[in-house]
Amino acid sequence: MKNKANFKKMKKTTKDNFITYGMVVAVYIIVQVMVMTGSMSSLMQGLLVPLCIYSIVAIGLNLCVGYLGELSLGHAGFMCAGAFSSAFFTRCMEDSSMNPTLRFVFALIIGTLVAALFGFLIGIPVLRLKGDYLAIVTLAFGEIIKNIMNVLYVGKDSAGFHISMKNKAALNLAEDGDVIIDGAKGITGTPHQSTFTIGVILILISLVVVFNLVNSRSGRAIMAIRDNRIAAESVGINVTKFKLMSFTISAAIAGAGGVLYAHNLSTLTALPANFGYNMSIMILVFVVLGGIGNIRGSIIAAVVLTLLPELLRGLSDYRMLIYSILLIVLMLFNWAPGAIVFRERMKQKLKGKKTKEVE
Amino acid sequence: MALLEVKNLGISFGGLRAVDDLNLKIEKGQLYGLIGPNGAGKTTVFNMLTGVYKPTDGSIFLDGENITGKKSIEINKHGIARTFQNIRLFHQQSVLDNVKIGLHNEKPYSTLSGILRLPVYYKVEKEMNERAMELLEVFDLQNEAEVLASNLPYGKQRKLEIARALATNPKLLLLDEPAAGMNPNETAELMDTIRFVRDKFDMTILLIEHDMKLVSGICEELTVLNFGQELAQGKTSDVLNNPEVIKAYLGE
Amino acid sequence: MGFISYLINGISLGSIYAIIALGYTMVYGIAKMLNFAHGDVIMIGCYVVFTMMSGMGMHPLISIVAAVVVCTLLGVAIEKVAYKPLRKAAPLAVLITAIGVSYLLQNIALLIFGADTKSFTSVVSIPPIKLAGGELVISGVTVVAIVACIVIMVGLMIFIKKSKAGQAMLAVSEDKDAAQLMGVNVNATISLTFAIGSGLAAIAGVLLCSAYPTLTPYTGAMPGIKAFTAAVFGGIGSIPGAFIGGILLGVIEVLGRAYISSQLSDAIVFAVLIIVLLVKPTGILGKAVNEKV
Repeated sequence: MKNKANFKKMKKTTKDNFITYGMVVAVYIIVQVMVMTGSMSSLMQGLLVPLCIYSIVAIGLNLCVGYLGELSLGHAGFMCAGAFSSAFFTRCMEDSSMNPTLRFVFALIIGTLVAALFGFLIGIPVLRLKGDYLAIVTLAFGEIIKNIMNVLYVGKDSAGFHISMKNKAALNLAEDGDVIIDGAKGITGTPHQSTFTIGVILILISLVVVFNLVNSRSGRAIMAIRDNRIAAESVGINVTKFKLMSFTISAAIAGAGGVLYAHNLSTLTALPANFGYNMSIMILVFVVLGGIGNIRGSIIAAVVLTLLPELLRGLSDYRMLIYSILLIVLMLFNWAPGAIVFRERMKQKLKGKKTKEVE
Repeated sequence: MALLEVKNLGISFGGLRAVDDLNLKIEKGQLYGLIGPNGAGKTTVFNMLTGVYKPTDGSIFLDGENITGKKSIEINKHGIARTFQNIRLFHQQSVLDNVKIGLHNEKPYSTLSGILRLPVYYKVEKEMNERAMELLEVFDLQNEAEVLASNLPYGKQRKLEIARALATNPKLLLLDEPAAGMNPNETAELMDTIRFVRDKFDMTILLIEHDMKLVSGICEELTVLNFGQELAQGKTSDVLNNPEVIKAYLGE
Repeated sequence: MGFISYLINGISLGSIYAIIALGYTMVYGIAKMLNFAHGDVIMIGCYVVFTMMSGMGMHPLISIVAAVVVCTLLGVAIEKVAYKPLRKAAPLAVLITAIGVSYLLQNIALLIFGADTKSFTSVVSIPPIKLAGGELVISGVTVVAIVACIVIMVGLMIFIKKSKAGQAMLAVSEDKDAAQLMGVNVNATISLTFAIGSGLAAIAGVLLCSAYPTLTPYTGAMPGIKAFTAAVFGGIGSIPGAFIGGILLGVIEVLGRAYISSQLSDAIVFAVLIIVLLVKPTGILGKAVNEKV
């Protein structure tokens, strides 16, 4: 009798999660049918992988913002790290006899691990800081990563790897040398290996990781730190360890998105538009509009907000304007104490009861 | 050997000497009270005992082990748990989860096991649920297991905080003004709860309180703090009748 | 000579950052929030001056006054509409809303003026100063920026110390509730803070575009972030801190661009921010605030 309550609850959260998995799979099936019957425009088809990319990075960021409770404005930097490291690996291995699918899997693992490493190294100093400072420092790191990629030159020849931060010529490559990372020109010649199927698989993996993490002992610890750090310490939770762990996992997921991104284009460059704070903020908008802490919401927001301007071509000029107004209005509506009270009263009115008296 | 021995404990904040030359000896199973006017330094003492502050002077021994200046996490592992003056619950989580978080170190399993949902996850989660429900039943909170912690009425929030502290399996329980904001009925119920906790869990309890009814009702011995220094110490009835103590409170 | 020339340019750029940083630091000290949209208010100020001078042929001084008025009103309006309702909400909420406002301003400018780079006519008509027998040339803007910064700093500090409104600002930044209980009109004080900060932003914008005469809707964003860096560097909430932080940051940026790499100059600025925050999170002149347990 006494354990019934918890079993019901466990099933409720798990049920909720399975609905999310189901939705993703259902959408996948529908999309595949549409593609196969030719009822999807090539414009839409071209958007399928980007939708997966944004969803994945949004899931990663929501882990940081919603469950760890820290605002990161530099997640594009982790995308960048994952993208460049995986593309670098793929390009290096192009001439080898490795099976392309296996090579992609390795690239994925490498990109994710490199992003995780960046997350870990950046997290160590950054997670000590207070909210606003943490946000700005993550933004700073994101910009630094992007800037460094723009001045990085890496070449390979029979003697091995050469690195320079100055220019191509300083690499001193031999005749048979190959410039892999060409400063601001980035990495060219990455094979198009990202597919919608792979994207959906990665989304599902990210979902499983986040959902299982959150509904476990470590997840509760992370949320305890978010809710009351001092109380968490008083019950013996190692704050540093769990903050670092969740931040690293969040970065790793963003890195996976970066890998998908890198293998969806033939030229990978680090521009303000794709790896600058504008990208970080766009993903943040997805997370906030989808609901902070609401993973399913992040995916929906990422999809809707990316599709909408494409489908409403006439409004594309006003897209960002609408975004920003939407963001402000939604924030005020959801978070302003006055609005919350107003909503509660409306809710009670709809229920037909009198406003509850506060004890 | 006393469970808690505090010798010459002191702390300075800049030029301010918040606590000076405090000596305490608490035996296992005692119900001990730390009282004094507002601003006397009582919570500061708690903060030093739980690792929130590092003492400037003196030493703290728990069950013979020196825990002076150690971090909160380590001190909790050694066996001190506490509640806070301003209730600190994990407000976005359920009542049950609050207690399960208290069981974090008692029932561990690795993060990877959790993510991969290995069998140990299911086994330990089941144990956690059972143990947490047991603790909730002690405080008659089992029916509110799924309620969001912040939605509990004040008195029950206090009880939940105590339940969470007990989940860490401590030797010494520190309660910081547990009766704050309670009416006489709730206070009487709290007195019974505290006594029950001491008896059932074989617990040693040190509490800070302003409510003299509770203090005289359950505390066996007291230390009175005034301006960071010990004003009186001894059996409750003696201390409360001490003219110096009375003057310190009334003279405020 | 090269080094001194860079140094002076750095101090000048730093002066502009300092003026912008004032807006951040005052708002943070009093409203306890990071006004992410501050940099974009600067941009609006620039466009006002541009429109009035190039579009309507107005005299520079009138244009500057117009810009100050517009920015002041804009700052106060933003606070009332977007920030005030969230004063008691989680800090995350108001930060994200500020980001939304920042985007809004950028996109309004984009729609009205387009994304193309406008050429900004400098408002400074003072001829350059030649020192050291013609070897060191200091442009008029450089001088004006430094002088403006000093005047503003001194003026602001006198205002805070001597005027009732200034003292009110100080009180609210220390303890909002206590100030209210003492009769301070907290709402008016916060509005005043935003007003001053935004008005100064207009001046900073004018100086910035006079020194670096390209103007796009995104012109304000990066200087805004750098100025926030400066405010944090110097100690957020501290006016002298904004001054020191701004100057130092300007010098570091110019020297970094000159001696290390122009492409990495931004990265260097950010690296400085990171190092400062890790070593002394409260900045050079900042005070630590302890959490009550």
